[in-house]
Amino acid sequence: MSRDGPRPFSFYVLAAFFGLFVLFLYGPTLTILVLSFQGPQGGLTFPMNGVSTYWFSRLWAGLGVVDIWAAFRRSFALGLVVMALTVTIALFAGLAFRKGFLGQTPLFYTAVASLIVPSIVVSLGIGLEFRLIDEGIKAFAAWTGWGFLQDHGTVMGLFTSALGAHLTWTLPFGLLIMFAVFNRFNPAYEEAARDLGATGPQSLRHVVVPIILPSLVGVALFGFTLSWDELARTSQAIGGRNTLPLELQGLTTTVTTPEIYALGTVTTGVSLLVIGLAFGTFLLIQRRRARRVTLPGT
Amino acid sequence: MSTAAASAHALPEAAPAAPALPGLATETRRQRRLAYWQAMPLGLVFLAFFLVPLALTVIVSFWEYNEYEIIPAFTLQNYVDVFEGCLSGGDLCTTFRTYLSTLKFCLLGWAATLTIGFTVAYFVAFHVRSTAMQTVLFLICTIPFWTSNVIRMIAWIPLLGRNGLVNDTLMGLGLIRTPVEGLLYSDFSVVLAIIHLNTVFMIVPIFNSMMRIDRALIEAATDAGATPWQTLWNVIVPLCKPGIAIGSIFVLTLIMGDFVTVGVMGGQQIASVGKVIQVQMSYLQFPAAAANAVVLLGAVMVLIAALTRLIDLRREL
Repeated sequence: MSRDGPRPFSFYVLAAFFGLFVLFLYGPTLTILVLSFQGPQGGLTFPMNGVSTYWFSRLWAGLGVVDIWAAFRRSFALGLVVMALTVTIALFAGLAFRKGFLGQTPLFYTAVASLIVPSIVVSLGIGLEFRLIDEGIKAFAAWTGWGFLQDHGTVMGLFTSALGAHLTWTLPFGLLIMFAVFNRFNPAYEEAARDLGATGPQSLRHVVVPIILPSLVGVALFGFTLSWDELARTSQAIGGRNTLPLELQGLTTTVTTPEIYALGTVTTGVSLLVIGLAFGTFLLIQRRRARRVTLPGT
Repeated sequence: MSTAAASAHALPEAAPAAPALPGLATETRRQRRLAYWQAMPLGLVFLAFFLVPLALTVIVSFWEYNEYEIIPAFTLQNYVDVFEGCLSGGDLCTTFRTYLSTLKFCLLGWAATLTIGFTVAYFVAFHVRSTAMQTVLFLICTIPFWTSNVIRMIAWIPLLGRNGLVNDTLMGLGLIRTPVEGLLYSDFSVVLAIIHLNTVFMIVPIFNSMMRIDRALIEAATDAGATPWQTLWNVIVPLCKPGIAIGSIFVLTLIMGDFVTVGVMGGQQIASVGKVIQVQMSYLQFPAAAANAVVLLGAVMVLIAALTRLIDLRREL
């Protein structure tokens, strides 16, 4: 266990195990990445029948009856909204928990429960809730006879029920990260800001947020990627127009060409791009900080 | 970010009580009021999209329904339907068989993710020497968590299919003559995908627990003559219990309520509780689905209670 000296034999055994685990983790995804460049005559499995971007162009033209690009845009837009809301709500909730308030323990346990309760149950509940709201509106429309309510379809949708479903999944993660952040946060910085005459919002904007910015990037990463890939909680709470993961799940049983791999490559590409962006931002902030520390005069 | 993610499971420190200095009383009160406003969005989201839906699910599970609508009239019929034939003895009823199948996936998935997750976390926490390298390896384990689960399931098709890589390799080596059926769309592929998708939920909390262990304790154990195995079993494993518990709760509840993995990897042929609910929803049998959801929720709560009891019991011994 010492930090120097020769490595014990167990190190090599465990390193090999770790290597196998990483292969297990990444191998399958890499396989479909390779197979998505299958030649036009190629099938769902190896061997590669030439190398081409044929299946990507097929994908670009659309997948039969399913408007995959509309689903793509919907999921992307929803991911951005979920990301923004997760960061904002989790940040302020983190600040609140730091100060302490009556009912903080029940709220904390609600957040944990939201993480642990099976997604299908949450999804069903939200679906039921919105259906009952629809029934209520329809009954109200029949009772009042107001014209503009008569054609009421459903309040269920991407930015109502599905957004809520995603937030029940992303917010607990955001909150837990904020706890970790504020557990280490030195309140002396804020006290110094206050002593210098900063108001609450000023100290938040110019002191607290810049210090915890890397962690906020982390929360944003969770917010977007978890929403982008979310399936179980959305399934019963979306109404007519599906998100990308839902379409993908449907396609697994109907599509029998490498188009689905091409779609997989594109979807994973978006995820990796966002992860890369988050890490890039994170490193950029760190580097800037390091520079500022070494040049105190500037 | 890694440290934030790694310690994401830390419980909140109780906010220290504000000192009752007279001059600061107004400021303290103002801060308290502010805290309510700051926590309100979070509270409202959970109220609107978690607590009210759960309450409605429980209420609707006692409602009647027909082919066209749900009727707000009290009945226990939905629960009777869930457990239809369960008390008559003889063959197992559908519900028990479904839960038994889910329980099997739970046990297999839990044992495998715990073993793999612990080993991986142990390697990174205790055998990798530089902090930078630890961070990199930890991130390698967590990055797939941020990519799509469905894609990661589909990715097994070219490997496990009838003409997949595994069968081709085995035939090429002359180990088998005909392709092995049932690699894909079987219990095997479901368990494989469960391990593939959920091991990260074990690694993160266990790694977090391990990183908090004071390295002096390990040294003390070694100095006192403990073998590496003894150190592992008598020092590290007990200190990792909180991480193991959190990881276990996560993995078990995820498998319990799962319907996507079982659906996609089981070729839509294997039953699961989540799948039953999904099918009933698609037939607009909301009260029936709600009753099943309440039963599932109860099963999950019993599981968590049992797990926490187990841990507390051990602590007392």
